[in-house]
Amino acid sequence: MPVDTNQFGILAEFADAEALVEATARVYDAGYREMEAYSPLAVEGLPEALGFRRTGLPLVVLVGGIVGCLSGFALQYWTTVVAYPLNIGGRPLVSWPSWIPVMFEMTVLVAVLSAVLGMLAMNGLPRPHHPLFAIPAFDRATQDRFFLCVLARDPRYDPRTTRELLERLGAKEVTDVPQ
Amino acid sequence: MDSTSKPATHPEPFLGRGHTMAGVTDKISSIVLARGLKRGWIVGLMISFALTMVLFISVAWLFAKGVGIWGIEIPVAWGFAIVNFVWWIGIGHAGTLISAILLLLRQEWRTSINRFAEAMTLFAVACAGLFPLLHLGRPEFFYWLAPYPNTMTLWPQFRSPLIWDFFAVATYATTSFLFWYVGLIPDLATLRDRAKRPFSQIVYGILAMGWRGSARHWRRYQDAYLLLAALATPLVVSVHSVVSLDFAVSIIPGWHSTVFPPYFVAGAIYSGFAMVLTLAIPLRAAYGLEEYVTDRHLDNMAKVMLASGLVVAYGYLTETFTAWYSGHDEEWFLIVNRALGPYGWLYWLLLASNILIPQALWFASVRRNVYALFGLSLVINLGMWLERFIIVVVSLHRDFLPSSWEIYAPTFWDWSTFVGTIGLFAALMFLFIRFLPMISIFEMREMVEEHSEPSPSGRGQGEGA
Repeated sequence: MPVDTNQFGILAEFADAEALVEATARVYDAGYREMEAYSPLAVEGLPEALGFRRTGLPLVVLVGGIVGCLSGFALQYWTTVVAYPLNIGGRPLVSWPSWIPVMFEMTVLVAVLSAVLGMLAMNGLPRPHHPLFAIPAFDRATQDRFFLCVLARDPRYDPRTTRELLERLGAKEVTDVPQ
Repeated sequence: MDSTSKPATHPEPFLGRGHTMAGVTDKISSIVLARGLKRGWIVGLMISFALTMVLFISVAWLFAKGVGIWGIEIPVAWGFAIVNFVWWIGIGHAGTLISAILLLLRQEWRTSINRFAEAMTLFAVACAGLFPLLHLGRPEFFYWLAPYPNTMTLWPQFRSPLIWDFFAVATYATTSFLFWYVGLIPDLATLRDRAKRPFSQIVYGILAMGWRGSARHWRRYQDAYLLLAALATPLVVSVHSVVSLDFAVSIIPGWHSTVFPPYFVAGAIYSGFAMVLTLAIPLRAAYGLEEYVTDRHLDNMAKVMLASGLVVAYGYLTETFTAWYSGHDEEWFLIVNRALGPYGWLYWLLLASNILIPQALWFASVRRNVYALFGLSLVINLGMWLERFIIVVVSLHRDFLPSSWEIYAPTFWDWSTFVGTIGLFAALMFLFIRFLPMISIFEMREMVEEHSEPSPSGRGQGEGA
């Protein structure tokens, strides 16, 4: 099927979260994979209906935390033992118990930064413009309406049959989204 | 007594019936998007901005003349700057507690208060962070605290609690900001989509970073938000513990005590909740938000305050007992001097305002009375400030060597700097409530979604997936 390069996809509006989850699952069953659902709040079961299960973000945060902890240790080891050793009453230079607070803070700091930056990067944000922002009705995706967008790059996408499928699933409004 | 008179009845809900997603979105976002400025807001900002100017003048004079303009001396070298630092940073803790710990505990009543409590945290930490820098004496060298390669080949002393403090407060400020901002992203997108004026659309659009409510985005967003909460929870406990170690690691009587970390954390929560109430009660009246910040929210906060206040009271008791039980002359002298010395009246005022008067919170009728609650929150704010004054000043002014005993008295500049930070805090709060949604809109929508379902059968399929 030829891909229409002027078309981003087709957007269907649904009345509530349940209708959106139901419709998404049905469109997925019909074999579509390149699609995205939009809602004003996190809808339980919606990512699963899209075939999206794991985010990988927890792993990023874990790695960030470990890196932070080790770099906190390395920083303190290097400065107190190598770069600027201070002999305080003959106590050992590797005074690791007193390094714990900074190691802890570094763990949290790097983990937090990787959680936020990782979330944004995986989501492809910031993204100032998006084809959907050109659709006036889409403003309500951040307020009280629920949308499903089947992308034109899906191999099964066809302007006519996809529209019919969405209309059959109870969409209130179906709109073509130009690229 | 009062609470038992109406037992098994279902408690009033945190969000009444009849709300719709469009309704809550419209109500909260139109506070921000409405044109024009309310007269009360203008007057409030004017006053607090004038006080902010007082802060700027005090800081400018401090930079010109040095810390000699303050009342600090030897042995009381810490004075107001450290009192105010500990007070402000303690206030910040309630915001993180509400947003992170109550989120992990799935306490849904946090939803309508977490946003402005987080903002309060951010602004309180900003005020707190000023004081140690101003107190440095040579504030232009504040960056020496950071470990960075320099031509002096000097490095920070990582065995010192003061460096731990620098790391803790810096991490806390960063985390609080990111937590607050991440929480704002979906609401900023709502504001972008609702704004009528191009300027607002552009500004909110840039800040929202292109959020469009995609299901995949939401999933990662929720993961990130929960992980942030899980990270902020131990962090908030660590911050005031580290602050307390600034004192406890020293050998000064009244400071050298192992009870300090938990006692400081409880005090932080106590003062923080008091400040949340001080802000929430007038705000909800001014903006007609009683249906979102209900009396039951205030009641819950009052209960948290009562509980943390009892931990603080236990801290006072332990301090006194340990001083007596240690058999250490200087320790016991400190306790006697604290209660009967030149600053004794402050100690009794502290006990009254932190322990005695808040016991009124045991009565439901007090917790339900906004005026009483507002008054109590001010009393507790005062009491917690006095606590820090007593810890810092009274412990220092008569230590081991009677020949160096001194009486500390704050100067005009001490007071003006302190009052100035209150102005800065208030000014930032006023700007915040005008330009950003003070209640989390998307979390209120989630509340509506959870509560509006009359029949559970309609949801079954969606939730099973």
